[in-house]
Amino acid sequence: MLRIDLEGHFQEKIDREERIEAKDWMPEAYRKTLIRQISQHAHSEIVGMLPEGNWISRAPSLKRKAILLAKIQDEAGHGLYLYSACETLGIDRDELLNELHTGKAKYSSIFNYPALTWADMGAIGWLVDGAAIMNQIPLCRTSYGPYSRAMIRICKEESFHQRQGYEIMLTLSRGSTVQKNMAQDALNRWWWPSIMMFGPNDSDSTHSAQSIKWKIKRFSNDELRQRFIDMTVPQAELIGLKIPDPDLKWNEERKSYDFGKINWDEFWNVVKGNGPCNKQRLRDRVKAHEDGAWVRDAAVAYAEKKRSGRVN
Amino acid sequence: MNIHSQHKIDYLLYLADTALILGQRLGEWCGHGPVLEQDIAMTNISLDYIGRSRLLYQYIATLTESDEDRLAFLRDEREFKNVLLAEHPNVDFAYTVARQFLLEAFHFPYYSELKNSSDLQLAAIAEKTVKETAYHLKWSAEWMIRLGDGTEISHQKIQTALNELWSFTGELFDPADYETFMLQESIAPDLNSINKSWKEKVQQVISEATLTMPENQWMQSGGKQGIHTEAMGFILTEMQYMQRSYPGLTW
Ligand SMILES: [Fe+2]
Ligand SMILES: [Fe+2]
Repeated sequence: MLRIDLEGHFQEKIDREERIEAKDWMPEAYRKTLIRQISQHAHSEIVGMLPEGNWISRAPSLKRKAILLAKIQDEAGHGLYLYSACETLGIDRDELLNELHTGKAKYSSIFNYPALTWADMGAIGWLVDGAAIMNQIPLCRTSYGPYSRAMIRICKEESFHQRQGYEIMLTLSRGSTVQKNMAQDALNRWWWPSIMMFGPNDSDSTHSAQSIKWKIKRFSNDELRQRFIDMTVPQAELIGLKIPDPDLKWNEERKSYDFGKINWDEFWNVVKGNGPCNKQRLRDRVKAHEDGAWVRDAAVAYAEKKRSGRVN
Repeated sequence: MNIHSQHKIDYLLYLADTALILGQRLGEWCGHGPVLEQDIAMTNISLDYIGRSRLLYQYIATLTESDEDRLAFLRDEREFKNVLLAEHPNVDFAYTVARQFLLEAFHFPYYSELKNSSDLQLAAIAEKTVKETAYHLKWSAEWMIRLGDGTEISHQKIQTALNELWSFTGELFDPADYETFMLQESIAPDLNSINKSWKEKVQQVISEATLTMPENQWMQSGGKQGIHTEAMGFILTEMQYMQRSYPGLTW
């Protein structure tokens, strides 16, 4: 009986649009869902540093190098905020990282695609950060307080990233034929993976309904995907790039773009670990963590020495 | 171009190249740091160095009718004047920390003095640089101490790094012709007084870190004259790849 009352009370609070805070009672499934979602999001931020990090040493100008470094550093910061938000749910960063490293936790599949040319830095900022914003803006109002506050900070920076990425594409599209082709090629490779970022169709999405009831999520995968496409198509047209979808067509009745069939087979394969970079990304993360173990140990040992030194 | 301006350009290139190459090296850590907070810290420092190199290249560009990107991406290895220590591979976190500390302990008194340069533009760049260098020095000294006085393993690793990198520190205080010229013009600081502050700081931190001062040894040099280590060619190959592959384009 008591449990039912607590759950009822909890749901009422959510329905009144009040935020749930770390110390508040929450159903175990809500906590688990949040840990899964926030940690997946945090892991995506730090794994997402790798494809772009691949181009820091080769950025074509000093200004672009500085912008790219700052952008990737922002992503590391996002990872930090999100791990902290997750820790308020009673799980620590080491445990979360361990889940990433053992393949138990997922991260956004988009980062399992390779960043092959400089134009990919444009396409990633424009499309990947663009799709991330679409997903994340509603999360600024998500029901769990620490998560929603982290998202407010993150969204501000993501929209910067999106503009910077688009600006790279714009510059390329105004450049030589080689540069235009480079931009189009990047769009061709990143378009479909980007629209897959919104996840499976609503009919196939396992977690959606409950998450919407708990107001962790506010819009369905398909709604967000449609919004992203409607926003992005005119941006591509503006810089003379062609979206690689022959079925893409404005639907006057729906006031939205119709688009072609998504290759869900590819999507699920990348999720399962068969993407071009899954193994490499995870190996890089694990290596950084393992190589850093002695550094973290030293920091702990030193802090303990200082603490006991003060006591004595 | 008269001899005065050639010396001045060489001197500014020495400062700019050292900043860029060290920034490039630190940038390699981004996404691979031992812990997220330190990943961010190293990227921060890298960004400061790249920013510093840009200010210096932009200044050089006004004297040579060039631009910052031509200076960074279209010069050959023999034209780069950075000290060898800046191009030393990251190896691991211990080498990175030791390299950073040895350079920051130099840069802090150096740029503090450079604020008084008779060249006002350089003095203004130094003003900005000193502020960030104070933070870099703090960061690297703290890690020297943490690693030195941490675990047995970390102690050993940082001592090894320190011993090996030591042979690259002589070059910092061995003036190239252009530095001597610039000192005479009151543009560059006197390396003797910088050396004194450097030694004091290094000794103090090494002792607090429970480390041993490396023995006096043969010092490597050449960077200031454009004679680099084998690592340099690979740095430039990567760094200059886009500008070399697609000449004359705007990115
Ligand atoms: Fe992010
Ligand atoms: Fe971002």
